[in-house]
Amino acid sequence: MDYFIELFLGGLTRGSIYALIALGYTMVYGIIQLINFAHGEIYMIGAFVALIVAGVCTIYGFTGVSVLIIAAVAAVIYASAYGYTLEKIAYRPLRGAPRLSPLISAIGMSIFLQNYVLLAQTPDFLPFPSLIPDFEFMEPVAHIIGSPELVILITTFVTMILLTLLIKKTKVGKAMRATQQDMNMARLVGVNVDRVISLTFVIGSALAAIGGVLVASYIGQVNFYIGFLAGVKAFTAAVLGGIGSIPGAVLGGLVLGWTESFAAGYISSDYEDVFAFGLLVLILILRPAGLLGKSRKQKV
Amino acid sequence: MTDMLKEFKQSILISLWFVFLTFPLMVVRVNTTESLVEWRWMNMVWVALGSFILSYLWRYMLARQQARKKVADSGLEKQSKVTLLLEDATFRYRAMAVLLVLALIFPLAFDTYQSTIMISALIYVVLGLGLNITVGLAGLLDLGYVAFFAVGAYSYALLNHHFDLGFWTVLPLGGILGCLFGIILGFPILRLRGDYLAIVTLGFGMIVKIVLENWSDFSFGPSGIAQIDRPGLFGIDMDLAGSTIYIYYIMIAMVVFTILVTMRLRNSRIGRAWIALREDEIACVAMGIDMARTKLSAYALGAFWAGMVGVLFAAKTTFINPASFTFMESAIILSIVVLGGMGSILGVILGAFILILLPEYMRAFSEYRMLAFGAAMVLMMIFRPQGIISNIRQKYEYKGLQKETDNG
Amino acid sequence: MAEKHKFLEVKGLTMDFGGLRAVDSVSLEVCEGEIAALIGPNGAGKTTFFNCVTGIYTPTQGEILLHPKELPTRRLNGLKPNKVTEMGLARTFQNIRLFSDMTVLENVMIGRHCRTHSGIFRSILRGKGVREEEQQIVETSYQLLEKVGLADFATEFSKNLPYGAQRRLEIARAMATEPFLLLLDEPAAGMNPQETAELDQLICKISAEDRIAILLIEHDMKLVMNISNHIYVMEYGKKIAEGSPQQIKDNPKVIEAYLGEETDA
Repeated sequence: MDYFIELFLGGLTRGSIYALIALGYTMVYGIIQLINFAHGEIYMIGAFVALIVAGVCTIYGFTGVSVLIIAAVAAVIYASAYGYTLEKIAYRPLRGAPRLSPLISAIGMSIFLQNYVLLAQTPDFLPFPSLIPDFEFMEPVAHIIGSPELVILITTFVTMILLTLLIKKTKVGKAMRATQQDMNMARLVGVNVDRVISLTFVIGSALAAIGGVLVASYIGQVNFYIGFLAGVKAFTAAVLGGIGSIPGAVLGGLVLGWTESFAAGYISSDYEDVFAFGLLVLILILRPAGLLGKSRKQKV
Repeated sequence: MTDMLKEFKQSILISLWFVFLTFPLMVVRVNTTESLVEWRWMNMVWVALGSFILSYLWRYMLARQQARKKVADSGLEKQSKVTLLLEDATFRYRAMAVLLVLALIFPLAFDTYQSTIMISALIYVVLGLGLNITVGLAGLLDLGYVAFFAVGAYSYALLNHHFDLGFWTVLPLGGILGCLFGIILGFPILRLRGDYLAIVTLGFGMIVKIVLENWSDFSFGPSGIAQIDRPGLFGIDMDLAGSTIYIYYIMIAMVVFTILVTMRLRNSRIGRAWIALREDEIACVAMGIDMARTKLSAYALGAFWAGMVGVLFAAKTTFINPASFTFMESAIILSIVVLGGMGSILGVILGAFILILLPEYMRAFSEYRMLAFGAAMVLMMIFRPQGIISNIRQKYEYKGLQKETDNG
Repeated sequence: MAEKHKFLEVKGLTMDFGGLRAVDSVSLEVCEGEIAALIGPNGAGKTTFFNCVTGIYTPTQGEILLHPKELPTRRLNGLKPNKVTEMGLARTFQNIRLFSDMTVLENVMIGRHCRTHSGIFRSILRGKGVREEEQQIVETSYQLLEKVGLADFATEFSKNLPYGAQRRLEIARAMATEPFLLLLDEPAAGMNPQETAELDQLICKISAEDRIAILLIEHDMKLVMNISNHIYVMEYGKKIAEGSPQQIKDNPKVIEAYLGEETDA
């Protein structure tokens, strides 16, 4: 039973990270129907910036939680800046182009960013300092859930609530929802659609960066390639939950996390990724709209 | 004057933005184990200068693009001289003959090393032309194309290892197995929209690689399969040089075969259906085209070439392992198709040569290869979506009934 | 007068989208040699009706029956669009859906797809039979272009055609599938009066020369009253009237539907 709980919590942790990244995919897709293929790279850049900033801070004598906070803030700022720039360069000129064009541009951008980090930094794995402290009160349950997992779960939970509030309660959120419903109509009633799209990229990137910092300090290493697989997994989560739907991304992330965790624990860890993709294919065949997605009739 | 000042100011801002953006990654390099920080301030100067100049270029190119779009919309678009020349059939035949002769004397004029490089370029030509059917003609974005290549390579390696089957026996078999995998993959995802399709094919490609890596009993795992037989020629023993030349000629024959078949397919009823499918799925089915069959045939025929050339790849390298079949390979093949010109056979051939030979001969830049590929894919989509060479139009001859309708 | 042969017979067609009933038990017939029109205010469910008949949607209820002359009756419910077209029922689209990166001629050639047979292997071998079939596809398509008056544009990209010409190209493309019934969805939308007059002639010509029955959705009342033999009127998903142009003109329900509820208030 302990093993089951361990796997359950492991899946929950992993799933909540997927959910954080998946939110970026789902928000962007909801507005401009584009798979932002380079989103995983934004996550990776977030983790890298955090590593660099944390490294510099540690060497210059900062310690403990302050390093974590400085690194996380830097990661969020930089990831957002990258997300913003990415949209301006690679996607904005392609509005109204055939559907495949921005997708190919996104793939190109993903390859570019990976290799940019590879060349600017290193092809090797870098050790990431474990920034999350061990809490004393976690001692009694430490054999099933550690402090880093707890921090990940709480951070994810809080972030989700903030995001939901932003979208449901603020004016910006309203503009985003309007743009998602009908971009032309939103433009007509005075929503600055370009700004909304930029903002969506910024928010999505910030969430990915938070995910990046959490994962990197949890797993303890970073390299230029981590964004690719994480990106594909998170996209799987977004599709699983129903792309375009924010609660769907969270649910999809969790389902994917659990699937991987249990499959790895009870069947074989070698085929972890196979189960993830198998699940994706299955969902797309049986329920293309995803778990919480609404199926849209195509207009003729 | 004010315009110039405004542009200058804008470029300065862009340059500053990129300096900010690239600062942590380009300047700082930390070594956490030894607590060392390396500051590379010179990089900032390059970024500042580079982005300043590029921002001017970017604006210029965007403006040009917009102007061209206006011309295209008014329908007054002039065909470029190259296109006109290429549409001239006699010129085309002559050029082809010259190229073929050059290709045939190539291994006699250069050494084995050059031939080896040329063989890999030719392999990518076939891969590009195969993927061109799926992506370029039918518009089905396939990000796991390399999986079919792996199917071909492994079927030869395994059949050769276990049953001692020869190259020529497995060559068609590899193609057919590729086809089969294409259909197996194609079936479940027929109903999916373009971008979902891309992700599923990506997943499929990764599944194939993971299985090859982990199912050691079947595939010998990450260590791969060695000592695969080279192609045989009536049992004659050949040294490495002789065998390379032999493989080179096989490859030339295969390229010619591929070009011939894909060209005929494109200009046939089937090829037109693929293009129509790419242009508008709903109109396509409303015109009586069976979508499932058309999509499946595009997948299967695209996969066929990858499977077949995979066999040759295994025979050429005599050693294969899963590391040769990563997503990056799929991405390279895709960029060949995108850069060359989606749907354009000549463009894809040219694209393969540029993308494979350029990094090979410019070793100094080879580490920037993927960086350049990525950037090129973005830039091509924005500034030249039709690729290096756009599709050459087929010409049709018709008589018509003008007189009768005039009277009627 | 002898009973005319019915080509299309729709009985009680109903289409629901979630809670919304877009088409509510509409019945309709199109007979041989007839030009029928389906009219009604925007959002009345006319295009949805077309989409049900042509297989793009599967109707919730009702029967769609096709009675070809030489072949047995076929039920079209749930049939895929390409099968419906193969049965001899072709359509055009309200918001033009041409293959924009293909030439005008190639667009029409696509219509020949379901009436030709060269498969993959035969296309690769490109034997005599295939070449002859190809040439026939080209000739037939070109003749259709002549018919709709687009022969001069054969080698243009369809996206570069003017609006009215694009609509005529859609008609030519649909006719290439050799239908005996043609469904036109707002063929005159966006046309100027002269273009509409030409379209008027074209539709009559198709009806008379090619013996193709026509069902059209149209807002241009002048065109509808000019050419159609039988008119059906829809409002809020329901059929509210049918009859000859004169009957429709005099029908108070129709007048009310078009003028709004003012008379009631």
